[in-house]
Amino acid sequence: MLRSENGRQEVSLVVDTEVLHSITTEGFRQPTVSDSRIEVENLSHAYQKRQALDNVSFDVSCGEIFGLLGPNGSGKTTLFRILSTLMPVTSGTVRILGHDLATEVKAIRNLLGVVFQHPGLDAKLTVVENLRHHGHLYGLAGKTLHHRISELLERFGVADRAKERVEILSGGLKRRVEIAKALLHSPRVLLLDEPTSGLDVTARRQLSDYLGTIAQTEDILVLLTTHLLDDAEACDRVGILDAGRLVALGNPDALKAQVAGDVILIESTDNETLGTAIAERFRVSTVFTDNQLRIECKRGHEFVRDVVATFPDEIQTIRFGKPTLEDVFIKLTGNPFVEKKDTEN
Amino acid sequence: MFWLLIGSGLSASFRPAGAVNGPDYIAYFYPGIVVLVLLFTSIFATISVVNDRREGFLQSILVAPVPRWRVVMAQALGGTTLALLQGLLLLLLAPTVGIQFGAISILLSIGVMALLAFGLTNLGLLIAWRMESTQGFHAIMNLLLIPIWLLSGAFFPSTGVPGWLAWTMKLNPLTYGLAAFRHSLYFDTTANAFGEGPLWTLSLLITGLFCVLAYVGATLTASVQTN
Repeated sequence: MLRSENGRQEVSLVVDTEVLHSITTEGFRQPTVSDSRIEVENLSHAYQKRQALDNVSFDVSCGEIFGLLGPNGSGKTTLFRILSTLMPVTSGTVRILGHDLATEVKAIRNLLGVVFQHPGLDAKLTVVENLRHHGHLYGLAGKTLHHRISELLERFGVADRAKERVEILSGGLKRRVEIAKALLHSPRVLLLDEPTSGLDVTARRQLSDYLGTIAQTEDILVLLTTHLLDDAEACDRVGILDAGRLVALGNPDALKAQVAGDVILIESTDNETLGTAIAERFRVSTVFTDNQLRIECKRGHEFVRDVVATFPDEIQTIRFGKPTLEDVFIKLTGNPFVEKKDTEN
Repeated sequence: MFWLLIGSGLSASFRPAGAVNGPDYIAYFYPGIVVLVLLFTSIFATISVVNDRREGFLQSILVAPVPRWRVVMAQALGGTTLALLQGLLLLLLAPTVGIQFGAISILLSIGVMALLAFGLTNLGLLIAWRMESTQGFHAIMNLLLIPIWLLSGAFFPSTGVPGWLAWTMKLNPLTYGLAAFRHSLYFDTTANAFGEGPLWTLSLLITGLFCVLAYVGATLTASVQTN
């Protein structure tokens, strides 16, 4: 670059680069990968004393179902509130489809569909009335809104209940109406906080099917929080939170592959003594969780045979299984997958 | 009920200064009761904000691309409607205490009631948007709302009370709201039946100003408290 001794020229050069910069960043911005992703980088959040989120980073792409798994109090609600624009980003950065969550809240709100854990429907209004109000909030009206409502009610199988008051619907139907409502303004991102809470097994499975279809057919990014391991298994990718830290991230099967071989659970009258004895004899590491001895090893069937033969009196129950996400959690944190004493908020 | 019991009970022993032979206490107390009903209905309409903000309907509104001033305006108009309907029911009883309405008087009264209800709902919102629990809200209610009603001239006029109390009443915005309502009730008949109070124009002006300030305050609070 040419350097001029003339001060005025230098100044004009600076102005020029600034103009150039603004053109490249705003005027002619090319669509990039980040335009179809949620990117969370070093996100931390603290309430008065407690660190709720500690340096969390992850990415999610459109078309993907991403599950945030963690016991209650692990920080997933905090993370959800930040992503849904209810709480500000205080430390770290979050970009949603290329928009910075700290500065472009309004643009992001248009792209988000949010389903809260607590019902966001007015129970005294009918299904259609709820959806209509929601449409108005997002600037939809008239025929467009009408068509979109019928289309969604049809797809979620609640068209025949459209004129009924929300309060008389079952939990599963309410949840479907909520999701229909959240999708009304055709968002690119669907956020759901504990969507399966209060649902029975059938409704839960149905819900996860619906979400899978939506994510694929409409190329929507689906991010949900859950404390249920089954729900997390159904996701494309899972992030496991523990005490505000992201301890694992990846495909459920890949995560389970981290656990060596098989998992054996033993119950006995004196877990501690037995644990030490087994550890010495078989050279395996043992972990106590929920009054159980937990042992991870390869060739589990042989281990079970040997351990029962060696301690026939001490062992009351022995269970043998392939690893689940719970085992992943226990392996990574050393803690059982249960609620923390220190609850959220 | 409250009005009938207290009004009848006190009317024997209490005569407002400056109206020795005028209407009795029950008539004096009547506008105060209407204002009390407006106050309670408006404020109670806002209490749901406290819970809804954390879990419920309001959350979905807060994540929608809607500016906070519109959310607050909608809440304020909702509360105003409720309070106004309650107030109108009470207004039907006015003839029973000897208030003779003309058309202008009725329209003015309704207008002032709407203005009061709007201002008070916003005052409620201003408090509710800050509160973490409904218990806290109730505490504020008792600490703030009952005194501002008691000291608005609803219960007793400011003439003949100790100086400091008279001043407190002068600084109370609800005093002017009540005065405006009293004026509008008697607009068609004799000017002011109950001694000296703030002037009609001044009352209306301050009530209007109170509405604007409360609304701006509520909007600012809502914006600060949410992202």
